Amino acid sequence: MNIHEYQAKQLLAKFGVPISKGIACKTADEVGRAFTDLSVPMAVVKVQIHAGGRGKAGGVKLVRSADEAKKVAQGLLGKALVTHQTGPEGRVVKTIYVETGSDIEREMYLAVVMDRGSQAPVVIAAAEGGMDIEELAAHKPHAIARHRVHPVKGLQAFQARALTKHLGLKGDQAKAGAKLIAALVDAFMELDCSLAEINPMIVTKQGEVKALDAKMSFDDNALFRHKDVVELRDLNEEDPKEIEAKKFDLNYIALTGNIGCMVNGAGLAMATMDVIQLKGGMPANFLDVGGGANKTQVTNAFKILLSDKNVKGILVNIFGGIMKCDTIAEGVIAAAKETKMSVPLVVRLEGTNVELGRKLLQESGLNLQTAASLDEAAEKIVEAIR
Amino acid sequence: MTVLVDGNTKILCQGFTGEAGMFHSKNSLAYGTKLVAGVTPGKGGQALEGVPVFDTVREAKQATGATVSMVYVPAAFTADAICEAIDAEMDLVVTITEGIPVADMAFVKDVMRGGKTRLIGPNCPGIITPVTDKSGCKIGIMPAYIHRPGKVGIVSRSGTLTYEAVWQVTSVGMGQSTCIGIGGDPIKGLDFIDCLKLFQDDKDTDGIIMIGEIGGTAEEEACEFLKGYVRKPVVGFIAGATAPPGKRMGHAGAIISGGKGTAADKKAAMKKAGVHVCDTPSILGATMKKVLGK
Repeated sequence: MNIHEYQAKQLLAKFGVPISKGIACKTADEVGRAFTDLSVPMAVVKVQIHAGGRGKAGGVKLVRSADEAKKVAQGLLGKALVTHQTGPEGRVVKTIYVETGSDIEREMYLAVVMDRGSQAPVVIAAAEGGMDIEELAAHKPHAIARHRVHPVKGLQAFQARALTKHLGLKGDQAKAGAKLIAALVDAFMELDCSLAEINPMIVTKQGEVKALDAKMSFDDNALFRHKDVVELRDLNEEDPKEIEAKKFDLNYIALTGNIGCMVNGAGLAMATMDVIQLKGGMPANFLDVGGGANKTQVTNAFKILLSDKNVKGILVNIFGGIMKCDTIAEGVIAAAKETKMSVPLVVRLEGTNVELGRKLLQESGLNLQTAASLDEAAEKIVEAIR
Repeated sequence: MTVLVDGNTKILCQGFTGEAGMFHSKNSLAYGTKLVAGVTPGKGGQALEGVPVFDTVREAKQATGATVSMVYVPAAFTADAICEAIDAEMDLVVTITEGIPVADMAFVKDVMRGGKTRLIGPNCPGIITPVTDKSGCKIGIMPAYIHRPGKVGIVSRSGTLTYEAVWQVTSVGMGQSTCIGIGGDPIKGLDFIDCLKLFQDDKDTDGIIMIGEIGGTAEEEACEFLKGYVRKPVVGFIAGATAPPGKRMGHAGAIISGGKGTAADKKAAMKKAGVHVCDTPSILGATMKKVLGK
């Protein structure tokens, strides 16, 4: 789960990460008032969407008066902002964060990520900030410092000192930097983050060390113990089909093709998408109905697939283990009838009671084709929508 | 046919009296698996399905001689259950439960350091060694009937895709030595390298099927290991060639991030290591048969 910059900053501030004063707003009037309330000569108006690259796309602007702040907000609110991470359709701006402007002396990069290789969180730091860390990693790998955080004991003081040294911080700034790093790691571990990133972390002309931007992602599996974090979820930032799927314990991800797929198991679902493409088609989605899907889930899965206007045909690929094939066939038949499905349907069933399942499908009177293997199923659906 | 478990392996089940634990324990028993004890805190002293229930893993181990634990404890309590099994010095812990917080697994791996216990999973189908056409040691949720005893070892990150491979191996008239589902989580127990080593060292395994997916670099690292250690033929498949970057494909570990972990990279690494790479999982069985010259 992801949250907005202003939410991340509010969370991090509680752990002791220094941030600038700011106010989140929903309307242009609120933005104007926020500027007045901050009572500073200069503020930054920042759109709040779950995507990076906002600055380059015109979603971050300096303003010097309440009127200017309001005008800028009017130009941004309710409109889609397209950045290199949003895709061509962009994201509609619903929230704007107005923040006290900073006199930036220097920008740095700081992040904590859960790292598979280390089997623990890792702190990543670079003395050059503001740019894409992946680009920096590719061109100047030595510029990036990495420290493994002990999964139980957390960050050690010497590691924080080494990191501030790498960042080129000295004296009081080094002390402030070490505090900030420790606070970020604390927040990461306490809140079960998968990523906590400050890019850039800055030194101001006045000598303060603080977070100018913040991004946090959370481990979905750990949300059960962070009710306060769950409340920060913004459904506007998620695909409505994906939200609907989650309600029924289905794992759905929208893609751009025209063949809807329904599969049990994540690996088999990915493999099904791959084979569709290998046979000349394009999958419209990833959909894993899980190991023990029942008739209701299969019906709802179908409804979600058919709600995608791009879908011209459906491929069902189920390897029935715990689930019996006849149960799946019954679900498919019920769903197809209930949704009055009119697009071509190819069903490949394998596993327990497969003969019975195939018989049910053939006798259902539905306009569908069956297939014995995944390859055959993919060939048939690609042919059917041609 | 003795990779980690065989027909004589005694196992216990943590979370035995829960819905999932009981359902799958019955299936293991029906397949002839020597499931000798159940563990559910507070429910010790009774017997279900003829299997005695204990309050703690240590008691269950002492009373029955079980050496392997299979874990069906709910995700919020799984890490604690695994740690209990580690403390009781079980040889192997097979964790089926999905949805465990990554930080909990980082903690478990820290507890495991220097100990003798091996871990499979979490979020995996488990491990199975078929002994006859209808029986064997089944520790997990896989459908037993698709397996036949044989000489092909299978290791995979994905559940149903493993069944697909098993089914094809069986369909072309061969069988499996042992099948291990290592699971789809980013921090887990046995990895590809551990399993490839076990299969290379097992005299009853002639060929290995390795099924990977997008995300991480475990397949690439396994391929480096393959080059130096494994002399048996390996047939491979990688799922997720069409997955877009930044989208998590069901498994917590299946995500392409920072341009790393793509299917193309992994397939290239496999080819370089001499793996017979299949572009579709439909030909895994036939390819293995051809490679083994049977």
